Amino acid sequence: MDMTGEYRIAAPRDAVWAALNDVDVLEVCIPGCEEIHQDSPTTMTAKVVQKIGPVKARFDGAIELLNIEAPASYTIKGEGQGGVAGFAKGSADVTLEEDGDETVLRYEARAQVGGKLARLGSRLIDATAKKVATQFFNNFQQHLNDPDPPEDG
Amino acid sequence: MSTGIGARVKRKEDKRFITGKGKYTDDVRSENQAYAAFVRSPHAHAKIKGIDKSAALAMEGVIDVLDGHQLTGDGIGNIICGWAITSKDGSAMNMGAWSALATEKVRYVGDAAAVVIAETQALARIAAEAVEVDYEVLPAVSNAKKALADGAPEIHDNAPGNLIYDWEIGEEAATDAALSEAAHVTEMEITNNRLSPNPMEPRSAVATYDAAEEHYTLYTTSQNPHVARLVLSAFYQVAPEHKLRVIAPDVGGGFGSKIYIYPEEITCLWASMKTNRSVKWTSDRSEAFITDAHGRDHISTAKMGFDADGRITGFKVDTIANFGAYMSLFSSAVPTYLYATLLSGQYDIQNIHCNVRAVYTNTVPVDAYRGAGRPEACYLIERMMETAAREMGKDPSELRRANFVREFPHQTPVIMAYDAGDFDANLDQAREAADVAGFPARKEEAAKRGKLRGLGYSSYIEACGIAPSAAVGSLGAGVGLWESAEVRVNPVGTIEILTGSHSHGQGHETTFAQIVAERFSIPIENVSIVHGDTDKVQFGMGTYGSRSGAVGMSAIVKAMDKVEAKVRKIAAHVLEASEDDIVIEGGEVKVKGTDKAMGWHEVGLSAYTAHNLPPDMEPGLKESAFYDPANFTFPAGAYICEVEVDPETGVTEIVRFTASDDFGTIINPMIVEGQVHGGIAQGIGQAMLEQVVYDDDGQLITGSYMDYTMPRAADLPFYDVHHASTICPNNPLGMKGCGEAGAIGSPPAVINAITDAIGSNTLAMPATPHAVWSALQAAQ
Repeated sequence: MDMTGEYRIAAPRDAVWAALNDVDVLEVCIPGCEEIHQDSPTTMTAKVVQKIGPVKARFDGAIELLNIEAPASYTIKGEGQGGVAGFAKGSADVTLEEDGDETVLRYEARAQVGGKLARLGSRLIDATAKKVATQFFNNFQQHLNDPDPPEDG
Repeated sequence: MSTGIGARVKRKEDKRFITGKGKYTDDVRSENQAYAAFVRSPHAHAKIKGIDKSAALAMEGVIDVLDGHQLTGDGIGNIICGWAITSKDGSAMNMGAWSALATEKVRYVGDAAAVVIAETQALARIAAEAVEVDYEVLPAVSNAKKALADGAPEIHDNAPGNLIYDWEIGEEAATDAALSEAAHVTEMEITNNRLSPNPMEPRSAVATYDAAEEHYTLYTTSQNPHVARLVLSAFYQVAPEHKLRVIAPDVGGGFGSKIYIYPEEITCLWASMKTNRSVKWTSDRSEAFITDAHGRDHISTAKMGFDADGRITGFKVDTIANFGAYMSLFSSAVPTYLYATLLSGQYDIQNIHCNVRAVYTNTVPVDAYRGAGRPEACYLIERMMETAAREMGKDPSELRRANFVREFPHQTPVIMAYDAGDFDANLDQAREAADVAGFPARKEEAAKRGKLRGLGYSSYIEACGIAPSAAVGSLGAGVGLWESAEVRVNPVGTIEILTGSHSHGQGHETTFAQIVAERFSIPIENVSIVHGDTDKVQFGMGTYGSRSGAVGMSAIVKAMDKVEAKVRKIAAHVLEASEDDIVIEGGEVKVKGTDKAMGWHEVGLSAYTAHNLPPDMEPGLKESAFYDPANFTFPAGAYICEVEVDPETGVTEIVRFTASDDFGTIINPMIVEGQVHGGIAQGIGQAMLEQVVYDDDGQLITGSYMDYTMPRAADLPFYDVHHASTICPNNPLGMKGCGEAGAIGSPPAVINAITDAIGSNTLAMPATPHAVWSALQAAQ
């Protein structure tokens, strides 16, 4: 399934672009991200915990940035091995459009799973992927609008 | 109360089953037990670039991690398909190599790349997760039609275009000519949905190597332990036959899926030798979905031509059969000799042609599943007949009658020679029991409640009692399909029957004992059935294809004939009478018309004391026999299904299901009815609920009971089961077989009923509420 979304961010496009390429920003925005390391300007490795239906798995994943058209667009691609749970892959085409002092972020994302995740959770993949994508961009928007939110609770 | 042929004797084995005392493979625990867990591919198609075992090997309690290169390096042979099919151009089938543990490539999700042997099952599974396989993912294909298309990913190097064979049967030119001259031609595209077998007991294996004796023992969930031993020895070179004992103890259902010798059994045997430990593996449900051979999965187009009187003039079928990623043991025979040879149905058809292409895909291997080829044939014919009747405005039962075979033997144009049957009798009996005459009133009443009521027929025939060894040998079978039995009369007169048939739900301990108790006039409690152990039973070809009655019991009868002949000689000698005057009745062996008699047990004792035997007679009283059937047997029948569909939701309820079967002689009607009930339940499951689904990347997305719908009690009607039998002339008891009939005959009856109710003929199995609702919307 393809998922799309649009966000208005109260920051200039260059700042949004910089954040999209900032490993520390990605770490706090990727849902379930336990750790992330920058290996090169366009590649990262990460550990991400996700629960898809009945299957909870820790994915050892690689994140890659490609189709880079700074500061207007890129594709962020993730691929994770979840042990016996199987694997998950996803990518999102992200575009940034200037609108005065603000930036409009649009994405088009897709996800694919394999192994036990597909066998047990396939009905839930679309909903989960949508949730993960929405969470990520919500987090991202919130982070830029208010980089130091008060702790929950 | 009688316990003989025709008596409803309660099943002797049920006491231990329902009190939880059955002994299954997973109950076996050896002294030095270790456990296996397989490292299975999450990818449908991938190259194995490397396997990093270090993390798993470093874990405490891990004994070893073994891979496919080690397995093949030790000379363990590839898994083979045992039935050679020749393509129509004369070429041999393209069988790709199948190693029990993959070496270069994995070819379906679940294909094992390595195995972990550890001290506990939990440890083995955790360690399997720590084995890192470096995969290079390749494009995959799961649909058989797409696998044949240009540019499809190729799964085996030696099967170009993924084609295993392109086979045909019948006369194509004559069939084409008949169709071109036909007054009416019915054409359909018919898919037979892929099923997962789901026996109640998952597969399991416990392999123990005895280094001192260089001997292996394998407990396994098998329908045919001797075949397993033969194949494990002759083809996989695990151990020579005299150094390998295979035991299939209580087995909780098979439905075909436990015929085959799978990678897990081979790997456990080999790993037991490698680690010098007893190695045990038990599948869980999730693993069963990706390792137990699937069933069906045919895509067919068919044309049936009729003359102006509704007589079939020609039948032409083109079928693509999905074999999965490897050729399983009997896979090649299922869509050929177990399918196309039944395409004449109950009808006198002069011209039949069928072409079958067998295709590799990146899915679990497909093989025989309850009915094996015959459900696919029956579904095709009976959907065609019902559709043709509707198209021609004829009554579906009258169209069938216009074409029934009524003279026997009847040679069909597709090998089979039907030996006996009375198809009118079955249809008459089913119509009367189903009150077909009252259907219009019931339909009208249902309409008042807003329900659509429909009625559908299925007149099935199948072939059981496989099979005459020379005949199947000439068709490519790698084995003979006889059966063996030994009848041991003990000195106290009790009897043990050693049979090569295997009971995994069929009730052999009861029915086999019934024929022995009747023959020798002894209490049924004094007969025990021994099966499932290659060290105890002389040999056997096992249980599948509804062959245990027609073939297995025939072997017992043959051995009993020999025992009776000797009993007569002993009694005649002791009682000083003529052998011809000896009768066995009332627990005694008597001289007819006199009061001279000896107890049955006294004959046994005489045979073993040997104090007073006829001159030159050997002591003892046990005889063995091998029985090779003269022909297939042909169970047949008529099924009528009546449904009500809720047009708002598509929810379909089966409100009546009537069966009239011809199984020949029936030993135990209660057990036969149980077999029919179970078979119909599986047929209804196929028709309305069950469907294995792969996505386009070869991922199985129906891998649990959340997504794969098994029939439950609430989905099923009360069955109205009747019998109108003709006697099979080709075996001593006149039996035909009853194990698969229900699963063969019922799916078309269900779909014919639903399509009758909704007035649309484009409905594929499974007829889920969504599918029925969609078909109804499309028709309006």
